[in-house]
Parts: sequence; structure tokens; C-alpha cells
Amino acid sequence: MWGTWSGESAAFFAFAALMLGGAGVMLSLKRIVHMVLAMAAVFLGLAGMFVLLEAEFVALVQVLIYAGAVSILMVFGIMMTGRKALEQAPPRRLHEAASGGVALLLFAVLFYAIRSTELPEPGGRPAAADNTLAIGQQLYTAHVIAFELISVLLTVAFIGAIVIARKEA
Amino acid sequence: MLSAYLTMAALLFCIGLYGALAKRSTIIVLLSIELMLGAVNLNLVAFAKYGAAPALTGQIFALFTIAVAAAEVAVGIALAIALFRARGASRADEYNEMRR
Repeated sequence: MWGTWSGESAAFFAFAALMLGGAGVMLSLKRIVHMVLAMAAVFLGLAGMFVLLEAEFVALVQVLIYAGAVSILMVFGIMMTGRKALEQAPPRRLHEAASGGVALLLFAVLFYAIRSTELPEPGGRPAAADNTLAIGQQLYTAHVIAFELISVLLTVAFIGAIVIARKEA
Repeated sequence: MLSAYLTMAALLFCIGLYGALAKRSTIIVLLSIELMLGAVNLNLVAFAKYGAAPALTGQIFALFTIAVAAAEVAVGIALAIALFRARGASRADEYNEMRR
């Protein structure tokens, strides 16, 4: 089920421990800046898993966008919005317990579904000689319309973000 | 190995769901949504390698998801900053103008 004990599974469990540790620390910390830093560790572990899955380009994009840009943006967001009132707010025990129950229930359903599904044998796709080259060729031939649309979406979103967050809005 | 990756992604998604539901900081709620999107990306890339029809398309779809997530974070942070300026509120449960 879990495969033989190979280099891949050893690295997988190391990255899994990093991600689950980071996520658990994120949920238990009180200071928001520390929570963002713990989340950066989770995103780095995710990039490591992409490398294990022979998706080197996606892994590099993950490090650049998530561990870099998104984390920095979150820190700036914390600076721009106050956090004093937040860290002194009284806890909502019932609300948190209910949220935890919902999340646990969803995990139980997903775990049961994964365990009871006939998954294909772990043969795996033979890795492309150059992952980035193969992705680039696919992106500019088969997926070129989606690629152009996503650039329009990014431009619109960033202009909209500037307009919304401007001081004299 | 595929079921291990799927279980890992399910765990991450559920942690993100808990964070998005239970935390009151707008920033942390946004970050938890990012965690859920990251779990989806892990599934896509895992199926791109170990799925029934392995292809590079899964990785390309993951790249598109990352781009949309970046746009979502930019707009989300801008909204949080604008709401903080207008109302002085940085808690997600204080944004209840539409309910009154």
C-alpha cells in the first residue's frame, strides 16, 4: 500500500513531517506574524513534494510565488491592518470545536474514499528529459488561449487591488 | 505511493478548512484558503505522475491554479486593507455590514 521503503518514501515522509509540523504550529501560535512564517515552511515542504513528483518547474514557481511573494504580501497585510485587538480577542471555544469537527468529518470521508478506491498501480510517467521545456511547449501550443486569458486575469486583478487599496479611494 | 500523496493532500486541505473556519484574523483566513489551494495542487501534480493517464497537463493546470491563487491573494489583501481603513476592523467576524 505505502510502497517499499525507498529514497522517495523517506523524502516523502520528511517533507510530510515538515508540512504537518508547520501547519500544526500555525494553528497553535498566537502571534499572526509567527503564523505566516510557519505557513512559509508548509509551502516549502509542498515545493519539495513537487520535486519528488518530478515537477521541477511547478516546485520553483511554488517557492517563488508562495514562499516568496504571498508570504511577503501577508506580512505587509499584517502591517497595514492592526493586530493588537485581534491578539487580545477572547477565544470562541464552541465555534472552534465545531470547525474542528467539520474538518475532521471531511477528512474521515476523504480518507475512506482514498482507501476504498482502486488506484492505478504505481508505474508512473517516465520523466521528461527537460520538464521546463516540455511545459513551455505545451503551454504555447495546446493551452495558449488559457495562458493569455490568465495573463489578462492577473492584470485585471492587480489593477483592481491597487484601486481598492488606494488611500483616497 | 499515490494514496500517500492523496492522504497528505486531504490532511492539508482539512487543516486549511479548519483555519479558514476557526481563525478570526482576515490574513490567516486568506492564508488558510491558500493552504487548501496548495493541497489541490498537490493532488493535480500527483495524478500527473501516478494517475491512470499520466500526462503533463496536470502540472500545467497546477500552474494556472497558482496564478489564480496569486490574483486572489492580491485582491483579498487589498480588501482587508480597505476594510481596515474604513471600519478599523481586522477580524473576519467584524465584517457584518451586509447583515444589519
